[in-house]
Amino acid sequence: LPGARGSVPGAMTLDKLTSYQDASTYNNFYEFGTDKADPARTAGSLRPRPWTVTVEGEVGKPGVFDLDSLLKLSPMEERIYRLRCVEGWSMVIPWVGYSLAELIKRVEPTSKAKFVEFTSLADKAQMPGLRSGVLDWPYVEGLRIDEAMHPLTLLSFGMYGEVLPNQNGAPLRLVLPWKYGFKSAKSIVKIRFVEKQPVSSWTRAAAQEYGFYSNVNPQVDHPRWSQASERRIGEGGLFAKKRPTLMFNGYEAQVGQLYAGMDLKKNF
Amino acid sequence: MQKNRSPWLHPAAKPLLFALCALPLAWLVWAAATDRLGANPAEALIRSLGDWSLRALCLTLAITPLRTLANLPALARFRRMLGLFAFFYVSLHLLAYGWLDMGLDLGDIAHDIAKRPFILMGFTAWVLLLPLAATSFNRAIKALGARRWQWLHKLVYPISLLGLAHFIWMRAGKNNFAEPAIYGAVLAVLLGWRLLRRYSSRGAARLA
Repeated sequence: LPGARGSVPGAMTLDKLTSYQDASTYNNFYEFGTDKADPARTAGSLRPRPWTVTVEGEVGKPGVFDLDSLLKLSPMEERIYRLRCVEGWSMVIPWVGYSLAELIKRVEPTSKAKFVEFTSLADKAQMPGLRSGVLDWPYVEGLRIDEAMHPLTLLSFGMYGEVLPNQNGAPLRLVLPWKYGFKSAKSIVKIRFVEKQPVSSWTRAAAQEYGFYSNVNPQVDHPRWSQASERRIGEGGLFAKKRPTLMFNGYEAQVGQLYAGMDLKKNF
Repeated sequence: MQKNRSPWLHPAAKPLLFALCALPLAWLVWAAATDRLGANPAEALIRSLGDWSLRALCLTLAITPLRTLANLPALARFRRMLGLFAFFYVSLHLLAYGWLDMGLDLGDIAHDIAKRPFILMGFTAWVLLLPLAATSFNRAIKALGARRWQWLHKLVYPISLLGLAHFIWMRAGKNNFAEPAIYGAVLAVLLGWRLLRRYSSRGAARLA
């Protein structure tokens, strides 16, 4: 899946890329099991084609998009983003896709569309992890509309120049580089525009640990571990020093104004 | 005598058990040296050492029920070694966390232990293991007297519960309780058997 060099500010980090091997075998995708090696092992049962995405709610042009029409909707770009997991590790991944804003503009949100809710596939036949009660399925995530419209918010179809491997959220997923990884919903089947703030799956599971915003923030610790530093996967082996975590994962210049005046300790 | 024929009394039994108990560590060292611990080797190492700590604790606690139920008095001679291996793996688990996760910064470690209840629990379990490991040799048993020594070593019960709670809490935020449930069930059986025996023997004593 080829893509032109990303032109949006912040789209091309100069950090060294994580190896494709690490990025495709160390995954949190609980629909395929809770161990990080599980998705690579079990996601072969996911059928990324045919695939449709339902767009509904507060929009002028709701509809059902099939994958081919989404692939053609806007030119593909390559964007190299840092990915920071809430668990304290990070990667650098070249994604392929286009700004989610391209899709949003075409469906014409109404003035009532204050938030966007994303729903992932939940099919027991394809996803063995659904048998466990770790989360309430389906996986649901949400963004404020201005976050969803931000040019860095990527609707991704590929990585490392190829279509997404199943375990990384095929056939399409979000990538929000300034938020903890779990905000970037995988294998999306529904996008709903709503007036009220959606409740995401992780907030429902543990509200005191996973807030709605979940912006990367080294000053706000997770209740069970510090978020001040992170381990860059594949960097320097066992005894490598952790690196300091950056505010908004280093994308403060691009996204800081979205949260101007907000108490980020309260809105974690 | 039948006792003498028990394979548990064979002179090779103890060295064999020692080698078995050292296997997980040998495997981890080999896997770390040959880059077989996956994308996040530090995390894999810390977690695996934690797993083996709990397993060694469970094995140690299984000796007495097994010995009694299966009528294998010879098993008692393995209990100390298993207990010391439990202490050894807990210590390595703590060392791996302090080194690989915290960069051996004692200030950071102290802060982390004080701030996070689940780490405090695990750390407390290790601290409570110290007097047990320190009094594990024969002279200490003699010096303390068997009764006091036995009383002290009952600490292993709260220690195992602290270890279990540490594991449950670590998984709590991700609602992922499948593995802690297994250890919980094993410990419930091992400790429950002791409670049951205690109360039934009391009952028996009263009847007599």
